[in-house]
Amino acid sequence: MKNDDGAGKAITLHAGVIAVLVALNFVLPDYHHGVMARVLVLAVYAMGYNLLFGYAGLLSLGHAMFFAAGLYGAGLTMYHLNWGVPSAFIAGLVAGVLLSLVIGVLALRTKGVAFMIVTMMFAQVAYLLVYYFGTWTRGDEGLVIQQQARAIEFGATRLDLTDPTTRYMAALLLFSVVLVITLIVVRSSFGRVLVAIRENEERTKMLGYDTFANKLAAMVASGAICAAAGAAYVILFGYVGSTLASVQYSILPLLWVLLGGAATTLGPLVGTVLMYYLIDGSSDLLKAYLPGWNVSYLGIVGVALILLVLFFPKGLLGTVRDRFARWLP
Amino acid sequence: MTDNRDSSSIFRKKISRRSTLKGLGATAAGLVAGPIVAGPGFVRYAQAQSSAPIKIGFQAHRTGIGAAYGRWYEKTTNAAIKAINDAGGITGRPVEIIVEDDGTDPGRGAEVVGKFATQHKVDVAYGTLFSHVVIGSAPVAGEFKLPYFVVSEGHHVASTKLNRYVFQPGITDVKSQIQAMAPWIAANAGKKVCQIFPDFAFGYDHRDYLPPALKAQGADVVAQIAIPPTESSFTKYFPQIPSDTDVIYHVMVGPAVLTFVKELGEFYGSNRPQLFGFIDSLEAVDINSPGLEFLDGSHFWEGAPRYAQADDSDAMKAYRAAVGIDDNGASVDDPKDVSTAAHMFGCWETLYVIKKAMEDAGYKGPEDRAKLVEATEALTEFAEGPEHPQGKKTFNGKIHQCFGIQNISKVEDGKLKVVHKTSIEDGLYEPEGDYTTQAL
Repeated sequence: MKNDDGAGKAITLHAGVIAVLVALNFVLPDYHHGVMARVLVLAVYAMGYNLLFGYAGLLSLGHAMFFAAGLYGAGLTMYHLNWGVPSAFIAGLVAGVLLSLVIGVLALRTKGVAFMIVTMMFAQVAYLLVYYFGTWTRGDEGLVIQQQARAIEFGATRLDLTDPTTRYMAALLLFSVVLVITLIVVRSSFGRVLVAIRENEERTKMLGYDTFANKLAAMVASGAICAAAGAAYVILFGYVGSTLASVQYSILPLLWVLLGGAATTLGPLVGTVLMYYLIDGSSDLLKAYLPGWNVSYLGIVGVALILLVLFFPKGLLGTVRDRFARWLP
Repeated sequence: MTDNRDSSSIFRKKISRRSTLKGLGATAAGLVAGPIVAGPGFVRYAQAQSSAPIKIGFQAHRTGIGAAYGRWYEKTTNAAIKAINDAGGITGRPVEIIVEDDGTDPGRGAEVVGKFATQHKVDVAYGTLFSHVVIGSAPVAGEFKLPYFVVSEGHHVASTKLNRYVFQPGITDVKSQIQAMAPWIAANAGKKVCQIFPDFAFGYDHRDYLPPALKAQGADVVAQIAIPPTESSFTKYFPQIPSDTDVIYHVMVGPAVLTFVKELGEFYGSNRPQLFGFIDSLEAVDINSPGLEFLDGSHFWEGAPRYAQADDSDAMKAYRAAVGIDDNGASVDDPKDVSTAAHMFGCWETLYVIKKAMEDAGYKGPEDRAKLVEATEALTEFAEGPEHPQGKKTFNGKIHQCFGIQNISKVEDGKLKVVHKTSIEDGLYEPEGDYTTQAL
């Protein structure tokens, strides 16, 4: 890859994507505007996952625990301690960093399938801890963060994060910051080491790199981004519950990333958007053409993913990169 | 509650979403010289409110863990809507149900309520059962100021932890149900009660509300055994049941219930304490299923009786016929398709409450949603009859919760026979808050 050639294009592309997302705030109808706010937050989760899976090649099946760390770190402090939005967000972020550091130190002693199983089991422990501390978390029912608590005050100005426009822009701000960070990281020497580890860890070791330390750093960065998404989710949408820590939410970012294109900076966004509308459209299609069949929308999603793996194994942007734009980061 | 219209959003000082959308809409309308500008979700048009249908968004558990309940909730809803439309609709307008599957998932549930508010532009959202979906969706209903009528039986609405737009007017909440069971248990089943419950929120309600209710009746909970949600075998928990237990109070919910009952039977044989349970665990399950013989002679809470009773009112008979269940509480089309009779009456009754509140409010369209909320809060009681076949109810507008009679049924000859009906007063408790103090 000729990186110098691609730098200008990559920066232009990413700036253009953010500009389009800003413009969408003004033109999207209410429904799609609300959808995109949620999708942007979930895309941040997918970007965090992509950093570890796409670039470092570590397939985790337990990332819901990092999302949940942010979710509960922010949600519980807001609900029980009446913390404000900024401090609750930081609490969620810190919870994600600490958890990913501990899990990383333990889980990175394994590789491949063992790593998948270990991360899944740790996530299951985290999920059950939500029930164990049900007195505070209300387990599966979860907690609602009231509308009046979901606002930031700067002197006389009150930024109501439940206002659709403010919420969209807050989600976009988080998305943009994480996108830029991801772009910088993957183009940095650290990002290249991660790709080297993914391609051949033994050879990377022989070149003198401490692969464990690099993988741990990737794990913590990934955990922090996922936790930021979790904290943003509860702050912007007002709900925290154990379903969001369940195995389903560990699988979802994997699917989003696979669909959009692993190891592409914009793939997580593309995958999350497409998956959302696939699920949304599937419900309508099933209702229209298979009434009474009681087929889950997840069935349609499953079929779509099988087709994707068969015909676009590198995801949409991965295929685009292979065929048309080698510079795509 | 913050009023979104007054919030000082820094992002729309000069170019607001609304002005941009209006500008684009006007341009597009000029170009196509007509009102239709784009595909689903992009179309804006004014409805002729006098004759247009009242749109009720039904958040259905068509798939996921709640699917069995969801299917019967849908059948009951369709039957009630047919009855309402046959009788002239609501305020003279026909009622249209718009169904969206939430997969029994709180994340998707929240998206579905948002879709009702902003794409389908329904008048009210309705019909959710599972507590976590209600709680996950409630913030969206509050933010869009969309009245949201749930049929969940959870205590979440009455706890006043949700918001002013969420109501439960068609089914008594679980705290009240539990409290109403205590006098009968203490008087008829025994004074020493051992609770076995799932270690999640539904179980916590029973864990927290039964002991004080029994205490007031001179009985005690001698042990509380919480079973983790992932458990598939229960034998190892049974030695924790104290030997002097008079009654085992069980509320195991989910597919493991058959194993639970079978293993409990193997543990005790023929010499067992009294058993009292909530039918929730056996909704949509045939009481005569293999392995459930051990329940013979035991007692269950039922909201509405599954089996036709000798003293059923004409209203109850008409309701059962309209929904399409036979004397055994199964589908008239398929005797193996057992209904969720103990809960689904709540759909029927909730739809009639929506009708009544809309008529009281002189509801014309979404601009009258605040009036609809106030009209619902002003309701105080519902008389037993075709609109409320399960029985008379009172409604507390401050906590948005109704209170009705409960049934205690005994398993006899492979059927559930009602042996006691509680009074409404048995289930009343002090309100924990007041939604009406929240801004609309």
